[in-house]
This record gives sequence, structure tokens and C-alpha cells, in this order.
Amino acid sequence: MSLLSVRDLTVTYQTQTGPVPAVRGVSFDIDKGEVLGLAGESGCGKTTVINAILRLLPPRTEMTGSVLLGGEDVLAMKPGRLRAVRWTEASVVFQGAMHALNPVQRIGDQIAEAIVIHGQAGQREAIVRVGALLEQVGLPPRRLYDYPHELSGGQKQRVMIAMALACAPSLVIADEPTTALDVMVQAQVLKLLKELQRELGLAMLFITHDLSVLVEVCDRLAIMYAGRIVEEGPAVPVFEDPAHPYTRALSGAFPQIGNQRFRKAPSGLGGDPPYPGDVPPGCSFHPRCPVAFEDCPTIDPPLFPAGEGRRAACLLVDQKAKETVEAAP
Amino acid sequence: MRVPEHRGPAGDAPVLVAEEEVPPPPPPKGPRAIVWARRRRALQRVWRVYRKNTMGMWGLYILAFFGAVAVFAPLIAAGEGLDPTCPCTGTPYDAPSLRFPFGTDNLGRSVLTLTIWGSRISLMVGFFATLISMLIGSVVGILAGYFGRWSESVLMRLTDWFLVIPFLPLAIVLASVLGRSLLVIIMVIGVTSWPSTARIVRAQVLSVKTRPYVERARALGASHLHLVTRHILPNVGPLIFANTVLTVAIAILSETTLSFLGLGDPLSISWGTILEFAFGAGAAGGGQWWWLMPPGLAIVFVVLAFTMCGFALDEILNPKLRQR
Amino acid sequence: MRGYLLGKVLQALLTLVFVLVFNFLLFRVMPGDPAALLLRGSAAFNPETVEQVREDLGLDQSLPRQFLTYLGDTATLNFGESFFLRGAPVSGVIGDKIWPTVLLVGTSTIASAVIGLIIGIYGGWKRGSAFDVGSLGFTLFVYAMPEFWFGILVLMAFAGGVGIFPSIFPTGGYETPAAGLTGLRHIVDVLNHMVLPFFVLTVAFLGEYAIIMRNSLIDILGDDFIQTARAKGVREKQILWRHAVPNALLPTMTLTLLSIGFVFGGAITIEFVFSWPGLGWLTVQAIDAKDFPLLQGLFLLFSAAVIVASLLADILYMYLDPRVRAA
Repeated sequence: MSLLSVRDLTVTYQTQTGPVPAVRGVSFDIDKGEVLGLAGESGCGKTTVINAILRLLPPRTEMTGSVLLGGEDVLAMKPGRLRAVRWTEASVVFQGAMHALNPVQRIGDQIAEAIVIHGQAGQREAIVRVGALLEQVGLPPRRLYDYPHELSGGQKQRVMIAMALACAPSLVIADEPTTALDVMVQAQVLKLLKELQRELGLAMLFITHDLSVLVEVCDRLAIMYAGRIVEEGPAVPVFEDPAHPYTRALSGAFPQIGNQRFRKAPSGLGGDPPYPGDVPPGCSFHPRCPVAFEDCPTIDPPLFPAGEGRRAACLLVDQKAKETVEAAP
Repeated sequence: MRVPEHRGPAGDAPVLVAEEEVPPPPPPKGPRAIVWARRRRALQRVWRVYRKNTMGMWGLYILAFFGAVAVFAPLIAAGEGLDPTCPCTGTPYDAPSLRFPFGTDNLGRSVLTLTIWGSRISLMVGFFATLISMLIGSVVGILAGYFGRWSESVLMRLTDWFLVIPFLPLAIVLASVLGRSLLVIIMVIGVTSWPSTARIVRAQVLSVKTRPYVERARALGASHLHLVTRHILPNVGPLIFANTVLTVAIAILSETTLSFLGLGDPLSISWGTILEFAFGAGAAGGGQWWWLMPPGLAIVFVVLAFTMCGFALDEILNPKLRQR
Repeated sequence: MRGYLLGKVLQALLTLVFVLVFNFLLFRVMPGDPAALLLRGSAAFNPETVEQVREDLGLDQSLPRQFLTYLGDTATLNFGESFFLRGAPVSGVIGDKIWPTVLLVGTSTIASAVIGLIIGIYGGWKRGSAFDVGSLGFTLFVYAMPEFWFGILVLMAFAGGVGIFPSIFPTGGYETPAAGLTGLRHIVDVLNHMVLPFFVLTVAFLGEYAIIMRNSLIDILGDDFIQTARAKGVREKQILWRHAVPNALLPTMTLTLLSIGFVFGGAITIEFVFSWPGLGWLTVQAIDAKDFPLLQGLFLLFSAAVIVASLLADILYMYLDPRVRAA
């Protein structure tokens, strides 16, 4: 049984201008110890997905589908059970560089709070554990007496990681943990995450818009666009040989030095992702797609098989598959 | 709350309104005409959005009502009613009756007549005091924001001083020295309430000053006067206007308080002076509620109305609020 | 931190100096003879008194000299003599009336702030709810209402008694005159007299505190660390009181202390309405009697109080916000 099993998740926000479907039917699994990367541009719904996993969305948001965490549906949990599950079974590494830490509380207390409220230890023992956690992420334990503003961006990110590990969860969700950091620091934090994942056997859901980062850390990738997953599969094949035109554009946007592919094809994709309330008909990507044809504006493609353990929501993929079948004797 | 990361076209401007059917405008006659045509359209757009704001519209209705009362006072209530010797007055301290719907005061005058006529002075003082306050505040704000450096420091120091000093004691001291007249009251309120406007204006000027088109104009050699009148003022104007409306409310309350304390013009009738006489004549102890309630209620409604309009305008015109 | 503190104290002193200069120039730069101006309209107006005042004020000396004398006088708390009380030193007259104001304004400000803050917290926490909308509407209404008018109505209803309202409180003053009460009975008597003005002052200003706190809290609730706390599994009540409120209190505290200027304004009119013999009541007496030395002294005192309050606000903020402490 998978650790996390999301089935047909839809999330619709209630805004002043009407309901906005930010996530329109997303399904994926994460097994114990597996690292899944979720990529996409801003507005594709990836942050909404992770907020949905721990039910952190605004009060009047509509959610359908199921989110099975350790077999239990998070969306159907009672508030008490939900609070107990939060952080102990799955935790989130938020972007530390921003205001994810309480400015007037010492970071040691903030990490200890997670331990104490879940009844895992008393205050004093919790502080001892916090010291150990800080060491684990490469910070001197005495830093637990510091306030957030006394730490650098990279240090704050490490604190967020330590905090996420405080209750020894089986799943850690990393929400753009490297986005706001300098490149050098990014590399350090990534290295740390990889090491921790291996040491502790954590399952991880890694969100970012930077595909090249994902390839380093993840076993599998899922690419999101306009509230749906448009491609998924093992990380390296998806990155090196994308099946969906959007994935191709995304991976092209982050050239790798030394990789021959990037010397030829122009990278970057024109236009903006669609506003969630205003998704184009048919295939939602067709207005920006370089290889769209006449069926694309009318048919909304589901996820077609696209190779070994891979799927992609593109009519061309389906066409190619049919051709391959027909071509076989 | 967390909202979808991408705010597309609909997410940026809350002033989004479907364009109504408008006949194509005649071809413009040059750059100035283009600019004015654009401003007129912007004004129409603002009005269309404002119309949908219930709070703002109610405020406007109430103001229209009181404005009409003030303007048409001589027609609604005979002026002789203010003269205690007029035979049209009744017995003093009379409770409301058919002849005197708001009862009579200690001199037998109809409180209704007093309240109607009182609106003129109260509103007038409010307007003129605000005018002065706006002028001083805008000039100070624009100068401080535009020229910066030492003039900004000096002006802002002055502004901060006025802001710290408690309003009423300052107004009392000034009014006592200058004597009792309408002009003094107007000046005193105007001179003590400009600082908050100055602050807001300066902040806005600072943000406008760094916009690309201003820099371009300066690079082209535009004079200070040109920059201020053609670029800064039009962008600061709407904010000043929204602030003005809120300031009028405060000015009316200030006039009421100063008059009540005995610093108003003894010869003019405003809602504040009515309350001054009423309290002085012991209406509180005597239970003459009909004398005390109308002027007070009138003040409450007018101030509420200005405040509601001001909030509505602020929502529409204040660029900072739009981002919330 | 030292530098911050020093800077704020210097600023406060500078403002105080401005007030002194303002006070000094007020009579001396007006058109006409300052001495005559001082006595205008008062019963003491005659050539001898004018001459006397001119000498007292040192108006025959050069302006800078006058200023120095003025500064010296101020330092020794010599504010001249009151006209109203015929030669009594202003400082003494004011000194007598400080306690009633401190009692009334002090207690009502605390009550106002506590109630206002709590209303603001719940309004902000349950934004858009009936409570929030209701309290906002109430605040708006009270804001539009002259506080003395409210006071008069309350006086009329509960002291004078009218219609269905009973007359259960005294119509004014600090204590029952000539009753010679002492000890506990005296305290109860004073409190009895204080109920109505206390009530009016508290209600008149709690709206301001409520709105400041509400807006501050709403701002904070939009910050990311609130989401972090929720994700950790912290209960909603704890999120409010342990994470949101401490952060929201910081700017609220400052703004609250700064609004003390308005409370003084309210105190002046309310003390007058209820004949509560404090500084506010004294101010109105001074207005009537055109007692300029007294008015100047009072203005100085009010200004100094507000300046000190604002300095206290800055110091308090410094102690409470770790970010400022480190600076």
C-alpha cells in the first residue's frame, strides 16, 4: 500500500470573482522511501495540491476526491484526528527565507512546539531533541536561542527542515525549498535534503518549478499544468526525453552545461500559463503549444501511456502509440 | 488566505467593469485633448464602480439630503424663527408638538428651525476648514516628496510635530488668542488638521516620482512646474480627494467641539452652538431631550455620510488598499 | 539599542522644545500689544494691570532675552499667575486638578484599551462574521458621534432622569458636596460620581483600539508563519493567542499609546459635561475666563504628557520586538 495515495483530487477556491478551480483532477501515489517531484510554473496548482494533503486550505474551499495518507482519507478526517496526523505522519518544509517563522519567537521554541503539542515529550526534553535536530541539518545547537531575523536565508531553510523532521514523519513535503536562495546555498540545501532522505528513508514530495533540481533528487516526476498532471514517469527519462510538449519546453528552459541537447533547440516558452478560472477548451496547453494541431482545441486528452511506467496527456503521444501498434507486424 | 498563485487579468484590477456601450469619441485634437479625454473616461469608470458601492451610495444620499437642507434653508424654515422676539416662536422648553416638531428651546424658538439653519454654518465651516487643510497639506506633501532632502526633513519634522501635539488643546489655545469668529474657527481647524494629509500626499508623491514616465519627462528637460502639474498632481489628485472627504467629517466634528466649549462665533448658529446653549441652559438636568437630540443626530448622520463616502472612495482610488 | 533609545529621547526633547517655542511666540507675535491681548475681555482690563502684565512678561526687553527668561521660568515650573484665580500661581492651580484627571482618564483608558483590544481580536479573527460587522458598525457610529453629546445624553438619562430612564447617578462633580465623608465611604462616593463619565469615556474610545487591533491582526493572519503553525497541528485557539496576537500587539501598542492625544481631547469635554474637577474642566473654565497663562500652562502639560506617552510607546516597542532589540 502506498504511503500517500491521491485520487481525482479537485480543489476549488471561493473568491470574490467566483469559484476558481485550481486543481482539476490530480492522482498520484508515493511509496515509502520514494521521492516524487512535482513541477510546473506558478499558478499550475502545485502549492494547492500540497496544501490539500494536510487540509491547509482556506475554510470555504471545495475539495473532492481522496487523499489517503497511510490508508486514511485526510479529506474525511475529524479535526482532532487531522491535527494529530499533521506533522507526525506528513510534514512540510516551507520556504524558510520568507515569513514562515514566527518573528517574535525563538526558533528553538518553534521547533519544540511541534514535539510538545503532539505529546512526544515535555518542554525540556523537547529542547534537547531540538538541539539534535539542528545538528542533523548542519547548524550548531546553540542557535536554538536565536530569533529568525538573526539567521540567513540558508540557515532559516535548514531550520525549516529541522522543524519538519521534529516528529519523525514518514512523508516530507518540500515546497520550493530552494527557490528563494542563492545558487550556492541552493546546492547545499539540496545536498542536505538528499542525505536526510537517504539516511532516514523518508518519502518525499518535492515541489519546484526548476526541473533540473528535481532530476537530482527525485525518483519520479509529475509535471503539472493548469491544475492537471500532464506527464509523469521516472525522473531521468522524463527529463531527458519528454513526451509532453510542455515538459519539453520546461526542461529546455533550464539548460545544462555540457548537455548537447541545449546547444541546438531554442529554449523558453512564450505566453503565460492560463488563469485557473479561465482555462482554454480542449487541451489546456494548446495556445502555447509549438506542435498543436486541429484536434487540440476540441479534445481534452487524458493521460495516455507513453513508455515504461510513463504517461502523458497529449494527443500526439496517443497518436504515436497507435502508430507504433499499427506498425508492429 | 492563500489564493491561486497567478493573478491573471481579472485579479489585478478590482475596478474591472464591463465597458458599456459608448459611442466612439470624436477624433482628439492633440495631446492635451487626448489626456483630458482619458481623464474623463477614468472619471466615468470610477463613478460606475462607485455606484455599485452600497455604503458609498447611502453616504451620498444622506449628504445630498443635508446639502439640500442647508442650501434651501430659507425656503424650508422661515429665518424669523431664529429671532426670539418673533411672534412665530412658542413657549420655551416645549416638548415636540405638531406646531413645533422638535419642540422649542429656552427662548421659545423652534428647534427644527434652529437645526435646519445650523446646518449651514456647520457644513460651511467644515468645507472651508477642509479646503485650507487640503491646500496646506497638499502643498507641504508635494514639496516634501518632490524636492526631498533638507526641505523634506524640515517639512516632515514640522508635520510630525503637529501630529504629536494633541489637537484639542492646541486648537483651544489658538482660538482663545485669536478671538471668537467664524474665520478664526475655520483657520484654526484648517491649520491643525493638514498634517495627516501632508503625510499621505508625500508618500504618494514619493512613489509617483520614481515612475518611468516621470523620469523620462525629466530626462527630456521638463521643468519642475511641468512635472508637478502635469504628472505628479494628476496622480496624487484622486488620493487627495478621497482624503478630503474624510477630513470634512473630522472638521465638522472639530467645529462642533470648539463651539460647544465656547470658542465658536457667538452670533452664528451651528449645531455646536445649539448644543452649547442647550447644555448651558441646563437641558441635561431638565430632561429636554428634544433640544439635545436633533443637532447631535444631524452631526452623527452627516459625519457618518462623509466617512462612508470617504471609505468607498478610498477603496476605489487608494493604490495601496487595492493590493490587499 | 542604545542608539535607538537615545535617538527617541532626543526627538522627544526636541518636540518639547518646539512646544515651548510655540507657547512663547503665541502671544508675542500676534498683531497688537500682547499685554492688552492677554487681558482683553477679562474683568481685570485697565491701564495699571496692562502695565503690570507688560512688566511681568518682560515685554520691554529684547525678544531673545524674553525667551531666556521664559525658559528659565519654565524650568522652575513658573508659569505665571492665573487671572481667573486672581494671582494664584498657575502651577499650583494645575497641580490641584491633576489627580481627578489621572483617576478618570487613567482608568477609562485602561478599560477602553482592554475591551477594545479584545473586540478587535475577535473581530479580526472572525473577519466578516456578524460580530465583526456589528462591532465595526458600532465603532463607526461612535466615531461619528461627538463624545460630549453622548455624555450629555447619558447625563440626561441616568442622572437627570427622563422618560423611562431612572435618575440613579449624581449630576456631576467629584464627591457629594459638604457631606464630609471619609475613608471607604469617601471612596465609594467618588466612585459613584465617576461611573457616568468613566462609562462615556470608555465607550467613546474603545472603537479606535478595536479597529487598530483588528486591522493589525488581519495583516498578521495573512503571514506565512500562521500557515506553518497550522501545518504543525497547533490548535486554532493557540494559533490565535500564541502566534497571531503577540505579533499583532506590537504595532497596536504603539498606535494605542499615540492616540492618547485624542483621549485628552475627550477628557476636556467630558470633564466639563460631568463637572468632574480635573484638568479638562479647568481648561474650559480657563477658556471662559480668558485666562491665558492658565491655558498656556495646560497646553504645555497636555503636550508634554503626549510626548512622554509617545516616548514610552517607542521604548515599550523596543523591549517587546526582538528585531528592534537587536538593532
